[in-house]
Amino acid sequence: MARALINVPQKAKRGEIIEIKTLMSHPMETGFRTGLDGQLVPRDIIEQFVCTYNGEVVFSAHLYPAITANPFLSFTTIAADSGTLVFSWTDNKGETQVQTASIQVE
Amino acid sequence: MNRLLVILLVCVALPASAQDARKSGFAFMGPDTQAMQTDDLANPGMLSVLEGEALWNAKAGTSQKSCAACHGDAPQSMKGVATRYPAFDDTTQAPLDLAGRILQCRTERQGALAFQREGRELLALTSYVGHQSRNMTIAPSQDTRLAAARAQGAALYSTRVGQLNFSCAQCHDDNAGGHLGAAPIPQAHPTGYPLYRLEWQSLGSLQRRFRNCLSGMRAEPIPAGSADAIALELFLMDRAAGMKLETPAVRP
Ligand code: HEC
Ligand code: HEC
Repeated sequence: MARALINVPQKAKRGEIIEIKTLMSHPMETGFRTGLDGQLVPRDIIEQFVCTYNGEVVFSAHLYPAITANPFLSFTTIAADSGTLVFSWTDNKGETQVQTASIQVE
Repeated sequence: MNRLLVILLVCVALPASAQDARKSGFAFMGPDTQAMQTDDLANPGMLSVLEGEALWNAKAGTSQKSCAACHGDAPQSMKGVATRYPAFDDTTQAPLDLAGRILQCRTERQGALAFQREGRELLALTSYVGHQSRNMTIAPSQDTRLAAARAQGAALYSTRVGQLNFSCAQCHDDNAGGHLGAAPIPQAHPTGYPLYRLEWQSLGSLQRRFRNCLSGMRAEPIPAGSADAIALELFLMDRAAGMKLETPAVRP
């Protein structure tokens, strides 16, 4: 069950470079660690993160076991039009979580 | 005249700031880690606060009541509560920490299954309640029935234990500001708990921090929620009286 804190400026000027910050709640369990019972703790990581802006991919990333729990990603894009940013992250079991944010471009 | 005023002001201002040599662990961190704590959108502890908020509003147990059903809005009802814990509990006639108080409400008032002491849910609720006192000053309970536990905590803090024969005070009073390996030794103020520790990759309680230091000292860890752990917490909160709470802090 992932949750995320997403920061997108509510308003921007057309052509402006905007910074987007995302903090995902996720254990990013590597699959290499053993638990108290000596058994391997199953891998549970986010494998892919994608951000689309009005349907177009503006940023995507592959994540690997060496990445910290609760990954923080920050990236920039150009404010083109008012609309919606869709953030989705997919874990190694193939489950996808989606969150959206809207932006107003003047 | 002006110069005199300046000199006077300096004389007045200096003792006030020089008087309090206490510093939160925040002051010992690098600028990147500090920035992570102060930006609510980069502070991973805020994810737990959010989870705590959801738990606060969720019905649970045989009462089918949420915390909010009895306490209303946490930003009002829980404001300042964390500044005066551990407190003396009348029902058990013993000191109780904030997590213990929440557990008590959970089991006895909500009629729900107990949360695990250092489990994710209890940490989330404790950080949510603690967060309502962020930037407020620590104001320990003045209940005289806490005196014995306070003394017990002071003794635990200054007694040498473990295979390395260290006391907490040797590091956190005598060598604070120095280094242990690469890590700066802070003054052990409990201002940020529960907090997100980068090394843990998760939120953790003050009592987990005790176990962390104790295992470094090759001493027997103090179990979470035990009388010893609460006594030590009580002593440290007293020692930090007047300092500001930062919950949820970030530490390396
Ligand atoms: C050998 C030195 C040493 C001893 C002894 C020691 N600690 Fe620590 N303690 C440290 C160091 C170093 C850190 C900081 C760790 C880091 O940032 O990686 C720390 C951190 C802490 C913190 C966290 C402060 C904050 O800002 O969140 C607390 C609280 C604490 N110790 C309490 C204790 C208590 C209680 C004892 C005795 C049971 C104890 N320590 C014994 C070295 C020690
Ligand atoms: C059925 C009503 C009820 C429910 C449900 C309930 N509480 Fe309480 N709670 C109380 C009462 C009554 C007190 C005061 C106890 C006292 O002062 O001895 C209290 C005290 C507290 C305190 C201490 C406040 C202080 O000023 O010291 C905290 C913290 C707390 N509750 C948190 C919670 C949380 C978190 C939940 C949900 C898990 C919860 N409570 C659910 C009735 C409730």
